[in-house]
Amino acid sequence: MSTLLIIEQVLNGLQFGVMLFLMAAGLTLIFGVMGLINLAHGSLYMIGAFAAAAVAGATGSFVLALAAALAVAAIAGALIEITVIRRLYGKAHLDQVLATFALILIFSEGTRWLFGSFPLFLNIPDYLSGPVALPGGIQYPLYRLTLIAVGLLVGLGLWALIERTRIGIQIRAGENDREMIAALGVDIRLLYTLVFAIGAALAGLAGALVGAIQSVQVGMGEPVLILAFVVIVIGGIGSIKGAFIGALLVGLTDTLGGIFLPELFKLFMEPGAATQTGSALASMAIYILMSLVLIWRPTGLFGARA
Amino acid sequence: MKKLLMATAALAIGATSAFAETKIGMITTLSGGGAGLGIDVRDGFMLAIGQSGRDDIEVVIEDDQQKPDIAVQLADKMVQSERVDILTGIIWSNLAMAVIPSVTAQGKFYLSPNAGPSALAGQGCHQNYFNVAWQNDNLHEAAGAYATSAGYSNSFVLAPNYPAGQDALTGFKRMFKGEPAGEVYTQLGQTDYAAEIAQIRASGADSVFFFLPGGMGISFLKQYADSGVDLPVVGPAFSFDQGILQAVGDAALGVVNTSQWNKDIDNPTNAAFVESFQAEYGRLPSLYASQGFDTANLILSALDTAEVSDADAFREALRAADFDSTRGDFKFGPNHHPIQTIYAREVIKEGDVFTNKIIGVALENHADVYAADCKM
Repeated sequence: MSTLLIIEQVLNGLQFGVMLFLMAAGLTLIFGVMGLINLAHGSLYMIGAFAAAAVAGATGSFVLALAAALAVAAIAGALIEITVIRRLYGKAHLDQVLATFALILIFSEGTRWLFGSFPLFLNIPDYLSGPVALPGGIQYPLYRLTLIAVGLLVGLGLWALIERTRIGIQIRAGENDREMIAALGVDIRLLYTLVFAIGAALAGLAGALVGAIQSVQVGMGEPVLILAFVVIVIGGIGSIKGAFIGALLVGLTDTLGGIFLPELFKLFMEPGAATQTGSALASMAIYILMSLVLIWRPTGLFGARA
Repeated sequence: MKKLLMATAALAIGATSAFAETKIGMITTLSGGGAGLGIDVRDGFMLAIGQSGRDDIEVVIEDDQQKPDIAVQLADKMVQSERVDILTGIIWSNLAMAVIPSVTAQGKFYLSPNAGPSALAGQGCHQNYFNVAWQNDNLHEAAGAYATSAGYSNSFVLAPNYPAGQDALTGFKRMFKGEPAGEVYTQLGQTDYAAEIAQIRASGADSVFFFLPGGMGISFLKQYADSGVDLPVVGPAFSFDQGILQAVGDAALGVVNTSQWNKDIDNPTNAAFVESFQAEYGRLPSLYASQGFDTANLILSALDTAEVSDADAFREALRAADFDSTRGDFKFGPNHHPIQTIYAREVIKEGDVFTNKIIGVALENHADVYAADCKM
């Protein structure tokens, strides 16, 4: 196992992590500010990818496709917040889970009705395709490097929004005491719709970016959603910083676990059985990580409350 | 309870034969990520039923959502309240394992248009179970044979970590004369293959064999094409069928894959099938559609010579397989699985449409290895 391979795998883990962060940031923001469990977050990821594929197919421009993904996912997010989610804030979590699960079904079948059952085509633009040579002779796909950069930039932007702007102050205040900021004259309904739309736009952006290297198909959001929940539980619910650290931890654990566990088992097992056992254990690695973090810190790494 | 079930089943047979109408139950995947496969099987099947012009056949179609528990409920409903004579349609091997043994034990016929798990081809075979597509290992064995004949000696092999994935690598290695440079099991439903591609790059392999059906294959091929690794790729037809090629795009061009069917197999039945499928549905048929079409025609041919109510005669008529298959000659082995030729195809672009072209025969008149264990 060479150093080059290890560095490449670390980059892969980082790239996976920052994409998870885009999903988890919205999820944790929505849960933190509104106390809402939104299972339909994965559908917004899918909507972003489909919007991007449709616009890329019609115009051929990847930048327009990304803009469309952001806009369509944000609008879809705002619409479901106003029509459905708004009625759920005071309700028990079970009601929220049921209602947002229903939204998953509606969005999935609606997308199938609009676009059909076959996966759509969305490809990397020419100027981002192919590998580049990194120092040390590593060949790494340019697009994945771009994903890492975009993810970090969005993370920075989100930090600036929360910590440095007036809206950010309102969001943080809403997280702490929603009655008080309503009493201070902030339009809490508008703020909630805005937060929901921001979360949705981030999920849509992640869907479009990742859709270019994966398959754009109905149901693509749900596996990512599960990982995003793991991320916010590890990071501490409601914390953007926690979501960032958690996403990188999950991304690196998942990628490196998949490589090194089978190798580890090969030291004392025959190769065939080692790959099978190693792969099986690797798929559990992030859940083992989650339970270890929860034993150490029951509220997650940066969680303020249980 | 068992007696009651048998009584209902007997009643069912009595009731249907009284109206001299045949009822076929189709349980297939029509929603969720795997829906493309089920829709193709259904459309191919219904095309053949429509073309037969028979109005004494009723087909009940239900969506299993790719979930074994739902497939089992649907099968119970079809046997007990719909009182169907024949069941068909299941795409996935894990669903097939949950449904087929119980419906054949209740005296129903089951014709598989897709899934062919090894457990049902060997000791678990049943006289009322027929597989019209292939035994699961077949296309992978053909890929192994092709890789050997193409002169590859150390392929890197990967498949998802579930029974059909393990069968795939076993099948490939059975016919591959070289030594795999690396063997990796991925997670089922995995969408990112960066880690595996890095391993391929570091392994020093001369070629890559992969079995990643549906969306997994699309993700893998797009990421592989972008990675700068340019080893030749071989796989079974499942990642290169008509439904998903358009989503993979240029990344699939030139890839060799193995299939028992292609739209350019030269026989009148196939030509008519491809043309009428396109006219009816406005898209090119996939191998799944051809399997659905063949399944329906096999049932129709058997109904021409025997009533379903006479199970022994009907079974003989199915076993004779006296129908025009899109694959040309079609015959069953002793375990009711096809003995057939499997071709190597190459992905090409015809105008704007990505499709496959046959470039040679990978395995001639190939039967599966489990037939010897089948005692009917």
